[in-house]
Amino acid sequence: MSLLPAVVALGDDALVLGQRLSEWCGKAPLLEEEMAMANTALDFLGRARLYYGYANTLGGRDEDGYTFHRDAREYTNLLLFELPGADFAAATARQFLVDAFDELHSAELANSADATLADIGAKVHKEATYHRCHSAAWMVRLGDGTDESRRRMQQALEDVWGYRQELFVNAPAEQPLVEQGILPDRAELRAAWQEAVATTLAEATLTVPAASWAVKGGRQGIHTEHLGVMLAELQHLSRSHPGAKW
Amino acid sequence: MAAASDEFQARIDREERIEPQDWMPEGYRRTLVRQISQHAHSEVIGMQPEGGWISRAPSLERKVILLAKVQDEGGHGLYLYGAAETLGVSRDELIDAMHTGKAKYSSIFNYPALTWADVGAIGWLVDSAAIVNQVPLQRCSYGPYARAMMRICKEESFHQRQGYDIMLALARGSAAQREMAQDALNRWWWPTLMMFGPSDADSIHSSQSFAWKIKRYGNDELRQKFIDQAVPQAEVLGLKIPDDDLQWDAATGHYRIGAIDWDEFQQVVSGNGPCSRQRLAHHRQVQEDGAWVREAVAVHAAKHRAGSDGPKAAARNSDTAQEGRADAAV
Ligand SMILES: [Fe+2]
Ligand SMILES: [Fe+2]
Repeated sequence: MSLLPAVVALGDDALVLGQRLSEWCGKAPLLEEEMAMANTALDFLGRARLYYGYANTLGGRDEDGYTFHRDAREYTNLLLFELPGADFAAATARQFLVDAFDELHSAELANSADATLADIGAKVHKEATYHRCHSAAWMVRLGDGTDESRRRMQQALEDVWGYRQELFVNAPAEQPLVEQGILPDRAELRAAWQEAVATTLAEATLTVPAASWAVKGGRQGIHTEHLGVMLAELQHLSRSHPGAKW
Repeated sequence: MAAASDEFQARIDREERIEPQDWMPEGYRRTLVRQISQHAHSEVIGMQPEGGWISRAPSLERKVILLAKVQDEGGHGLYLYGAAETLGVSRDELIDAMHTGKAKYSSIFNYPALTWADVGAIGWLVDSAAIVNQVPLQRCSYGPYARAMMRICKEESFHQRQGYDIMLALARGSAAQREMAQDALNRWWWPTLMMFGPSDADSIHSSQSFAWKIKRYGNDELRQKFIDQAVPQAEVLGLKIPDDDLQWDAATGHYRIGAIDWDEFQQVVSGNGPCSRQRLAHHRQVQEDGAWVREAVAVHAAKHRAGSDGPKAAARNSDTAQEGRADAAV
């Protein structure tokens, strides 16, 4: 039974970032990149549906129950995923840090002792590898582009950097599942992640930020103020018509 | 020159495809640039009214379907900008022409999408109308345009179905949902009929376009085709078409409609639609916000052109746009 909240949490991560990415529709700097961001958004939303669907078979709600009928305090996504990323530098920096993590995490998840999670992990791994290539290329292009683009990217990295720490913490509910080989041990992914990120940042002529600050709380439902606003928009129509089918 | 233009017309008459490297009259080229770019701009501006509802879609499944639909429209824009570029104009020039009001886009997108039912009505009516318009364009005499239309038409039927499916769910839903659906039909019906343009008698671009086989059917003929399809569909939905003069004409086998308000059409076409300013301002703002990114892409590509990773990075950049034209835009 303790598997359920862990699966929902992974669904929440995917859902809120899928929503953030879909907000870029009609706003990207190049039409080609607009297509790419929509693809990534569709992958994350698809992932959310897989996790929520699995949660449903474990006795949880259905996907719309999770998406539309929980308040911000009940969402357990990590904070990094919910940040607005409202300009292209912020969106790109966040996406790169997430993709680099997902690539490593999904590779381990694909070996899960739980068959469903292993299947999801294998699917996510294919996507995440592709996403990481794409977002790393953008880091390099913008870091090693103009003076302005380098300045913007360095600033975006500094602004998001403290949110990375949560990626490497196993929540109390997750710890026993880590021990049973059902979930990857997040703490063990840190070194490889740091190396992967440092390699790309070096190629991008960007500096790895000084690592002194950390913001945490997502898995406990202690979010940024941004999540409530996002959910207000995401949920209002569904909640305005209780019981309606769409 | 007369010989060249006679030979050109003869090729058209033989239903041969004209390709970018072929000789063509300047008027033919200009007509195509105008039509293809207007079409491309319509796809891109058309992302706005529906795109605004992705974040608010009422179920996760609807969200995903709508995002995929709006993404397709952006893809259509890319195919069409590509087709226009074969005529020797850049995407930047075409976009500038839209920003300065020289180039138009379909007036339909200057109406607001006020409720979720509007997303359904747009897919059902506007995409249906687009299909009726676009199917004959697959046989347009200009090869790149015809081929772009073939790719586009394949995707449009999914758009129409997702819209109709939204309407169907609303029509079978609660009283509030049915009301939402009727209200959307009321607001989108007449603007959709206007999408086909003025009556052929009043259309300024028609006759030469027929001779060049850019156009194959008249505006009224296409409009009638749409009406004959849409009226029975509205009946299945149990919704009322907002036209008291609408009636079946057994003699012709077509539905007859009341008078179209062409003054409203002229107003919207000349940039005074309810959302005309908003749509252009949004597009301009996005272009401005993204200027530093496009500049960085160009500078990065120039720095690394000599090196081995230039083409690789460009290929990665344009992953969904197989044309690989990310750099052409900057
Ligand atoms: Fe389209
Ligand atoms: Fe469409």
